[in-house]
Order: sequence, then C-alpha cells, then structure tokens
Amino acid sequence: MDKTAIEQSIFREDERAIFALRSLYRRYGYTRYALGKFEEYELYVRNKNFLVSDSVITFTDADGKLMALKPDVTLSIIKNTDVTEGVKKLYYNETVYRPSKSSGMYREIMQTGLECMGEIDSYLIYEVILLAAKSLESISEKFSLVISHLGIVSAIMEEAGAVGDVSSELLRCIGEKNAHEIEEICKREGLDGNKLKRLASLYGSPDKVEREVRELSRGGRAEDYAETLISVVRAVEDAGYKGKIQIDFSVTGDTRYYNAFVLKGYIDKIPSAVLSGGQYDPLMRKMKKNGSAIGFAVYLDLLEELERTSSSHDCSESIILYDGESDFDVLRKAAKECREKEPARVVKCHDAKVCRPDGGKYRRVIRVVGREVIKDDGNA
Amino acid sequence: MEMLNVALPKGRLGNKVYSMFASAGFECPEIEENNRKLIFENREKGVRYFWVKPSDVAIYVERGAADIGACGKDILLEYEPDVYELLDLGVGKCRIAVAAKKDFSYDPQRTLRVATKFVSVAKSYFASKGRDIDIIHLNGSIELAPILSLSDVIVDIVETGATLRENDLEVKEEIVPISARLIANKSSFRFKNEAIERVVDSLSRLTSIT
Repeated sequence: MDKTAIEQSIFREDERAIFALRSLYRRYGYTRYALGKFEEYELYVRNKNFLVSDSVITFTDADGKLMALKPDVTLSIIKNTDVTEGVKKLYYNETVYRPSKSSGMYREIMQTGLECMGEIDSYLIYEVILLAAKSLESISEKFSLVISHLGIVSAIMEEAGAVGDVSSELLRCIGEKNAHEIEEICKREGLDGNKLKRLASLYGSPDKVEREVRELSRGGRAEDYAETLISVVRAVEDAGYKGKIQIDFSVTGDTRYYNAFVLKGYIDKIPSAVLSGGQYDPLMRKMKKNGSAIGFAVYLDLLEELERTSSSHDCSESIILYDGESDFDVLRKAAKECREKEPARVVKCHDAKVCRPDGGKYRRVIRVVGREVIKDDGNA
Repeated sequence: MEMLNVALPKGRLGNKVYSMFASAGFECPEIEENNRKLIFENREKGVRYFWVKPSDVAIYVERGAADIGACGKDILLEYEPDVYELLDLGVGKCRIAVAAKKDFSYDPQRTLRVATKFVSVAKSYFASKGRDIDIIHLNGSIELAPILSLSDVIVDIVETGATLRENDLEVKEEIVPISARLIANKSSFRFKNEAIERVVDSLSRLTSIT
C-alpha cells in the first residue's frame, strides 16, 4: 500500500488539511506560534466586536483572575507579539471555543491560519493573499477566493454622505448584496445611493469588473485603493489562479478593526466561507502595536461537509464476516490477504453465510463459512 | 447541467413566487400536477423546486440545501441568516406592527407585556424606543393574547387588518413593511453564479414591470 493510499483512508479532511497547510506556511517562512488554551477575559471584553460571537466561556483562575477559553487566536497573537521592528510571520493551529449560531451551544473548533504583522508592504499583502489561495487549493480544486477593499467601500460611503448609524446600515446592506434596501435607506436619508447599489451588486473576475471598479472609484480617495486592489488581485491571478479569484464588495468587516483588504474563501459543496481574513491596521493601533497587519483563518471544522459529500471515503474498507463454525486458519489467512489490499474489519456474526453487515458501506464483503471463503461485491 | 435548487415557501406566497419563476422562464410543469412528490425538477431549465415551511426557507438556503429561495422579510429580520438578499420580489406585501385593544393606552410606569413570535424584532424595536418590556413568546393565535390579558400588546404581521378589527384590536405602531425576498446561499453564489444571475435578471425584469 503506498503512502497516498494510507493518507486517503486514515486521515479526515481536516487532518489532511492541517498537514498540508503547515507545510505550505513553513515553505513561505512562517513560524509556528503555539498558544495556551486560556486568555484573560478582559482582552475579549475590550475587543468584543472583533469576535465572531461575544459569548465566551469564562472561569475564575486560582489567583481570582477572570479567564476565558480562547474564542479567537488573532487577538492573543497581537497581544503577545513584539512588532516594534521588522515583520513577524506567524502561523497557528489552535482550538477555539465558540457557540454555534444555530443551537447557541459551545463548540470546540479547530482553526488554522496565519498573521503577517509589522512593516508590511504590497509584496507581503500579495503573499498573504496568494497563501490564502494556496490554502484553499490544498483543500479542494473547486474553490473561490473573494476579495474586497474596505477603503473603497468607506470612501464611496463617505462620498455619498453616509455617517454613523446610516453607514453601518449601508455596510450591512452591501454585505447582503441588498441593493433594494440601499435604495430605500438613501431615499430616506436624502443620499445619492447609485454608486453604493452598484458596489453591492458588483461581482466577478478582474477581467469582468476592473472597468467598473475604476469607474466607481474615480476622482475620490477610493482611486488609489482601487489601483492597489486590482494590481494585487491580478498578481495572484498570474500566479496560476485565473478564474479562481473574484472581486466582490459584499465581503465586508467591522471598519473599527479592518481597513483595507478583506477576504473570504469558499469551497464547492461547503455552504459557508471556510477562510476569512483581512488587513486589520485599526486593531493593531487599538492594541498599541506598531505597523500594519494582515492574516486569515481557515475553519477546519467546516471540512466535515466534504466528507459527507464524498462517496470515495465511505467505501475504502472491507468487512470479513465469520461465525462459530469458521476455520481459524482460513479466517486468519483471509484477513491477512484482504488487509494487504485495503483496510478490513473482522466481525463475528451468528451465520457467516447469510448475515448482512450492519451499518457502514464496504468495498467488499468476505464470508468465511467453515473452510470456504465467499467474496461479495460489497454494498458501497 | 448542474441543477439550481430552489426552496419555495408552502402556501399562497409560495404559489405566487412560483408563478413569477414560471413567468420568468423557469417553469416546472410537474409542480402543477396534483401529486405527493416533494421535489420537482425541470432538467431542461436546470431548476429543482421544493416546498418547505415558510420559516424554514432561510435555513435551507443558509445551510446550502437550497441555492436560492423566496422568504418573507419578517423571517430575515427575525433570524438574521447569513445569506444574500438579492431581490425584493414585491409580493406578499404586509407589515410587522404593534397592535393592541382599541382602548389600550401605554403606561410608561409599567413594564409593557408584548406577545409575539418575532421575539428578536420586538426586542430591538422596543429597545430602540427605550421601553422596558416583558416578552411572551407565542407560536400562533397571537391576537388572543391581549383579549385574554396575557399581554398588553402584540407584535405581529398585519396584512389587511381584518383579523384585528374583528377582534376589537387595532394597529398602534408600524415597525417595518415587509415583502418576499429572493435570497441566495453565499457559497452557491460563487459556484452557480451564472444560473443565479440568470434567475435574478429574469425576475428583476418581471418585478420592474409589475
């Protein structure tokens, strides 16, 4: 059995992804950052809007300090990393604890990702976005990396005259691609919503949308951002990802934390984004750290969906049925021969000739009846 | 051709929405036959329809079992699913309102008892008004609550107001107008973009005419 076959049959999708991503990030000079499971609760209170959910599991430590099981990794990395000079390239593979949106119950979620912090420039931003594309590619060939630039969105909202609560409302609508509600809000507030509606609906490859992005950004603060966005996205496309990268301003983020590039990664057959990240310079400033930062996380728990939709995973194993009358040596030989080809489960039943294998799908069903070996096609 | 899965809400609203899809060129003759099938498809048009409980449409779409669906804005406001809201279909128009007995008057010194199935909508509405409320979560026959003094007011969907009038109730405050929306799963929007855009374009031409 070759090494690939072992990988296919033994590892789950998330386990395979962990190894692939670890090796990928190391190749690009990222070093592993290992964290403890706990963090002071205060860190999350101060930055609760940065978190996916503001529910956190807390406990009182032996010294009376209120602690939390980590709901997020980025905040801890920023807090504990010295970025006074140069660039810090770090990757992690950690468990976080968050409530499920549907049930509200806490779940243990395996997350991997990377952070690039300090004196970052266009090249490093390009490299992080390229790594996001490579991360998705290592999970599945059918992926889509969607990129937006909050600088453009903010500048166009500002140009339309949106401030305060109205701009939050409009940002939510852009995130929902909800052009009809943008029109209603702008009508109510007396704003020009034309560009915002176009911004919300815009979606596609750089070839398809470049002209419109430039047109929407013309003449304002957004013009430079549009230039940066297009050049970085084009560069990632040129690295072998044509057709995989889309520009879409519905990818948004809290502008108190994110300010420029924001990204989401999707894999076909997984209903929500498996990768999420962006440039979070305002968060760095809020946490009194120098420089800029960009990073992303890959939500490995979502990869379970791939296993559900994959049929190959179900039928890699065979089952060997035997009963009290089966010959010991024949059974032993049959099991050995079978395991040389594929994993096999040996199960005792009341009558090996007629028993049906219960549960699971098997590549082959092998019956040891007395000294006879009967091979069926299996039920996969 | 990869099929586009469409979740439609059972009932009058779903029938109206299906008629819109059919008029837009995505008809499925077998859906109109009187049978007990749960899923209906037109392979030629690349669409597969299924009827689900109106409040479940957003769940089917958010979790990717359906690529797109038609859903009342009330459901979107209440559950805030992580989906795209691509189009106001302009049908199923009504409003979420605060209603009470005709002779009810609000006493700011007392906690307002609010019966509703739209807990989240009611909470955020009264919070925005700075009113202290006690929410009573009901699943149906909401109009009964103020009549039996279970609550002071109700927050519910009002279409014509006939049920309210017949029970000596009236609308006191309007919270938000609602109508059916076309929603899409965020991942399907990437991988079935062409098909989804085709539906959105055809339906938006239709809604702009009506």
